[in-house]
Amino acid sequence: MSHTHTDKMKGLICRECGKAYPPVSLHVCEMCFGPLEVHYNYEAIKSRLTRARIEAGPKSLWRYHDLLPIQGEPTVGLHAGLTPLIRAKNLGHELGLDHLYIKNDTVNHPTLSFKDRVVAVALTRARELGYDIVACASTGNLANSVAAHAAAAKMQCYVFIPHDLEASKVLGNLVYRPNVVEIEGNYDDVNRLCSEIAGERKWAFVNVNIRPYYAEGSKTLAYEVVEQLGWTAPDHIVIPMASGSLLTKIWKGLNEFHTLGLLDSLTTKVHGAQAEGCSPIATAHKQGRDFFKPVKPHTIAKSLAIGNPADGYYALKAAAASGGAMDTVTDEEIVEGITLLAQTEGIFAETAGGVTIGVLKKLAKQGIIKRHQTTVALITGNGLKTQEAVMHAVGKPTRIPPSLAAFQQLFHLGTEER
Amino acid sequence: MVKVRIPTPLRILTGGKSDVETAASTIQTMIDSLNGQFPGLKDRVCDEQGEIRRFVNIYLNEEDIRFLQGKDTPLREGDEVSIVPAIAGGDHPDERHR
Repeated sequence: MSHTHTDKMKGLICRECGKAYPPVSLHVCEMCFGPLEVHYNYEAIKSRLTRARIEAGPKSLWRYHDLLPIQGEPTVGLHAGLTPLIRAKNLGHELGLDHLYIKNDTVNHPTLSFKDRVVAVALTRARELGYDIVACASTGNLANSVAAHAAAAKMQCYVFIPHDLEASKVLGNLVYRPNVVEIEGNYDDVNRLCSEIAGERKWAFVNVNIRPYYAEGSKTLAYEVVEQLGWTAPDHIVIPMASGSLLTKIWKGLNEFHTLGLLDSLTTKVHGAQAEGCSPIATAHKQGRDFFKPVKPHTIAKSLAIGNPADGYYALKAAAASGGAMDTVTDEEIVEGITLLAQTEGIFAETAGGVTIGVLKKLAKQGIIKRHQTTVALITGNGLKTQEAVMHAVGKPTRIPPSLAAFQQLFHLGTEER
Repeated sequence: MVKVRIPTPLRILTGGKSDVETAASTIQTMIDSLNGQFPGLKDRVCDEQGEIRRFVNIYLNEEDIRFLQGKDTPLREGDEVSIVPAIAGGDHPDERHR
């Protein structure tokens, strides 16, 4: 892109006390311990950003460069984003929804999850800040994406994961040859350790000290949905929640587009989906609290298994501000959600997708989402990475000898005239 | 006496001490009394309205005081209080066991 503007980012700002910081690798306010976020110069952005300018941009998330926290040209993850928004007529028919869409990040480039978005931004920014070692705490998808992008960017890489991840998510790190460290503990243990390591090593931990930049990448899912719906916002978006960051940033992205005049009206409700075995945010929402109780996760939705969600408070706030709901599903309902999506729309989602579809189904049944309303379900990761979760539920192929008679017998077919 | 665990970022105010003692009878009076001993501590833990900051977690014997009576939570002889700032937005409950 030849039209990069360096005046779009003022720095970082504390979400709680408003203390301002320069745009460095820092994620916690030194005064009040609140999280820092990027402080944009929206006046400057508004003066140049138009729908036409976005439409003329690259066919990736970098078409939203003006609203992403990097100062120069993107250098990592040039092909991430701009995944299909699919009109889901079959699934809609099953659920009683006439205008249902699937935002299909199972085919994000290059590692088949929405994390390719946040990593493209995080690693580009890490390079701008002078880092050559990148790292992350991850439930799997983030590690895969950091490892892949680091390989392509020729950066050294350390990924820290819980010890009990799905085989494909482990292999999906190893193949890129990063340093893969399995922690004897759950994600919350991994995250805590990474906070400590980040305090003593000069590494770019994408979701620790680079988090204010990294998290902004999630906004592009909202931008794309709006653009792909012809510059309108849907009535509902159903969003899986782990740390709560994605839901928070979807809401932020919608509001930015509205404030900048790219979206004429905004009445979208953002709904949060969690697994019953790890639902600190949804539970707080149901109880009408704006704080949550950390839990020990027990769910097959390992990518959502964060018992102590970093952005839980802000997710609660965003859902409430939009009028959205939150709900949970059991492990069994997660598997049903995965197979339902696969068998109606031909999309194989990971367990988080099963959570989203399961909660979508509940919200439709409860009348929270109505038949005529435009609804988007965010499907954020690929089912090939969590095969263990559905193996028992998909049957086996039928084996026969290579004979025509055996085939005919199998399907009770006579000799057919051609 | 009640034992109070001080997190690393606040030890600069306590002369490096990780545990301090207080005779206070509630969380609120504990904060005020600690601020007397270690000036500036209250500003880090509480906002301008005197409310405990959102990303500062205070635990009484392992329980988040938000689930008790907040800053009015009473303290008894032998109780243990931990002040745990959220890092990366999440808190570190395990630090209480170190």
